[in-house]
Amino acid sequence: MSRRNLLRGAAVGAGAITLPSLLAACGSGPGGDGKTITMGSNSSDPVPKKAFADAFAAYGKQSKDGRKVKVNTVDHNTFQENINRYLQGKPDDVLMWFAGYRMQFFAKKGLLHDISDNWGSYQGFSPALKAQSTGEDGKQYLTPYYYYPWAVFHRKSVFQEHGYTAPKTLDEYITLAKQMRKDKLVPIAFCDKDGWPAMGTFDYINMRTNGYEFHKNLMAGQEAWTDKRVKDVFDTWRSLLPYCQPGANGRTWQEAATSLQKKEAGMAVFGLPHPGAQFPKAEQADIDFFPFPVINPEHGQDAVEAPIDGFLLAKKSKNLNNKANMESAKDLLKWLATGEAEDIYLAGDPNNIAVSDQADISKYTPLQKKAVELVSGAKQISQFLDRDTRPDFSSTVMIPAIQTFINKPKDVDGLVNSIERQKKTIFATED
Amino acid sequence: MSISRRAGRRGPRRFTRRDLAVLGVLLGIPILLDVFIVWGPTLASIALSFTSWDGIGDIRWVGTQNYENLFTNYPQFWPAARHNLLWLAFLGLVATPFGLLLAVLIDRGVRFSRFYQSTLYMPVVLSLAVVGFIAQLIFSRDQGALNAILGDTEKPTDWLGDPDLNIWMILLAAAWRHTGYVMILYLAGLKAVDASLKEAAAIDGASEAQTFFRVVFPTLRPVNVIVGVITVIEALRAFDIVYAVNKGRNGLELLSVLVTDNIIGEASRIGFGSAIAVVLLLVSMGFVVTYLVQEIRGEKNR
Repeated sequence: MSRRNLLRGAAVGAGAITLPSLLAACGSGPGGDGKTITMGSNSSDPVPKKAFADAFAAYGKQSKDGRKVKVNTVDHNTFQENINRYLQGKPDDVLMWFAGYRMQFFAKKGLLHDISDNWGSYQGFSPALKAQSTGEDGKQYLTPYYYYPWAVFHRKSVFQEHGYTAPKTLDEYITLAKQMRKDKLVPIAFCDKDGWPAMGTFDYINMRTNGYEFHKNLMAGQEAWTDKRVKDVFDTWRSLLPYCQPGANGRTWQEAATSLQKKEAGMAVFGLPHPGAQFPKAEQADIDFFPFPVINPEHGQDAVEAPIDGFLLAKKSKNLNNKANMESAKDLLKWLATGEAEDIYLAGDPNNIAVSDQADISKYTPLQKKAVELVSGAKQISQFLDRDTRPDFSSTVMIPAIQTFINKPKDVDGLVNSIERQKKTIFATED
Repeated sequence: MSISRRAGRRGPRRFTRRDLAVLGVLLGIPILLDVFIVWGPTLASIALSFTSWDGIGDIRWVGTQNYENLFTNYPQFWPAARHNLLWLAFLGLVATPFGLLLAVLIDRGVRFSRFYQSTLYMPVVLSLAVVGFIAQLIFSRDQGALNAILGDTEKPTDWLGDPDLNIWMILLAAAWRHTGYVMILYLAGLKAVDASLKEAAAIDGASEAQTFFRVVFPTLRPVNVIVGVITVIEALRAFDIVYAVNKGRNGLELLSVLVTDNIIGEASRIGFGSAIAVVLLLVSMGFVVTYLVQEIRGEKNR
């Protein structure tokens, strides 16, 4: 045993003792029969949990070979925090996870099974979806399931009452915000206590100003944060801050969505499920949105921020070494990739939209239909800042940086210098 | 203990093989636990702090790079270190003396003292994370009770979002619990003070204050030691309350939070996080060593 292995063993042992690894306990399944697939689920909230249960039950019912899914649900945050140890330990056969960089990272570390052969038979997925499911080596690792686009949300009734129209450009957006303030509304509900909600605004201003390619490269660490283009993003954002709800760092997204619901605020940059979760049922139909306004006509409204959730095969799952099991797992993924499977899920959780264009959208709410239109019209689909870059960079550098910017919007130079210095040290650890 | 003493009385030859086995197990298990739960992780942390590791790939030695990075290039580090010390100072200089004051007042038998005693003790049974949730109900800018009472709707104070303010609000919330804890310990101590001492002081013509500071307080020495240790421990392990409020960001940074931020999660920066943990260890050691030195000196002087 080399010294390095010894050290690693000691460290893993220490980690196992000090940080109770709840997930490891869930890894063991029945497995042996080749027909039962274990599923690691991070959907611990009641609504999605029930909707997933419906979908998996439907899979078991339609399977002619008697295949079925055994779900191990773990609290969402616990799942996120333990994903490293989970994937290296005894993972379930199939697990729920995200598209983009956060999937690619694990694919690169050799912790996921290549499912390119499955992709050969998938239908109804756009090229943008395929790109988000593809690792850096050009192979596919993810089966996408649903997504939830981000946009500027508002209440129809408020817009009707005051005669507002959806702004198309940044100037119109600011004019509207000024009018709202005259009408005694907080123009833009704004929150960042949780650390991530304001990232959506940053992403949109960046993609509207500099385009999707720049966003992607910036997130991948290939562009300097001290670049003038990044400073432009912060400068534009600063010009919007006077219209945003003050005290954002002390406000959760639930509180911001509530001020939109109470008609105290006029608009808010959110993902599809956020206002939905805070609006009572009777007022759901009053939610509307418009795409984030144009800043640079060259990029128009090409890019849409729409995080994708889906399914992966864990390489360390012992059951998958068994051919029959592997076949069953791939069969499950194939079924999950159909429009029908997504319909069953979305019937129980209408706050997202299906990725497949074969999904039945006739039962969608008008808001969901509009979201489908928004996504299908997009030239590029971005994930979210924290899904498009290294997780250590987004959580230890970007969250505090954006909160600092909200507190002290004037010192952009100091801010981007600090981000760039930290980025260099973090991206330098790349193998 | 009792085995060895008995063995000592009857002579060393009485150690049978069975005694040795029992001794070995009884001593061995704690030592093993100590090594695996305390020393192992501590030494592993120190070793890992000189490496770069993301939890999956190879471990690479990077020398003191993590520390250089930490001191010069991590904006949250110095605020976190300052907050840890502020936490200690606040609990030690404000909350603990206040707990003592309350204990003295209740011990003197003010009216409704039982009621005060139970009310003040109540928060002690709550976890600090729960105290954090309660603090949010009170201090939240839009929906908090405090702003509602102040009736400040035009420009409400952002108690938890303003990085210059929130640490003080959280310290108040933490002190709410700490004060009750300290009070109950001192109450127990005060009950044990021999009443004849106070009488003697009164006969000698000492005022109330003199009696307390010259006579009663010195006899509380054992309690003082316990309270001191508890205060230091509470201050250094503060984590749950800030994590419950805003994950320990934006003005509520603590070293323990930074360790968690860097180590837990995907693509963890285990080397860097360990370096922060080592700093926290050193800070704690500073207090532990000071305390031990004081104690040993105290023992000798007595």
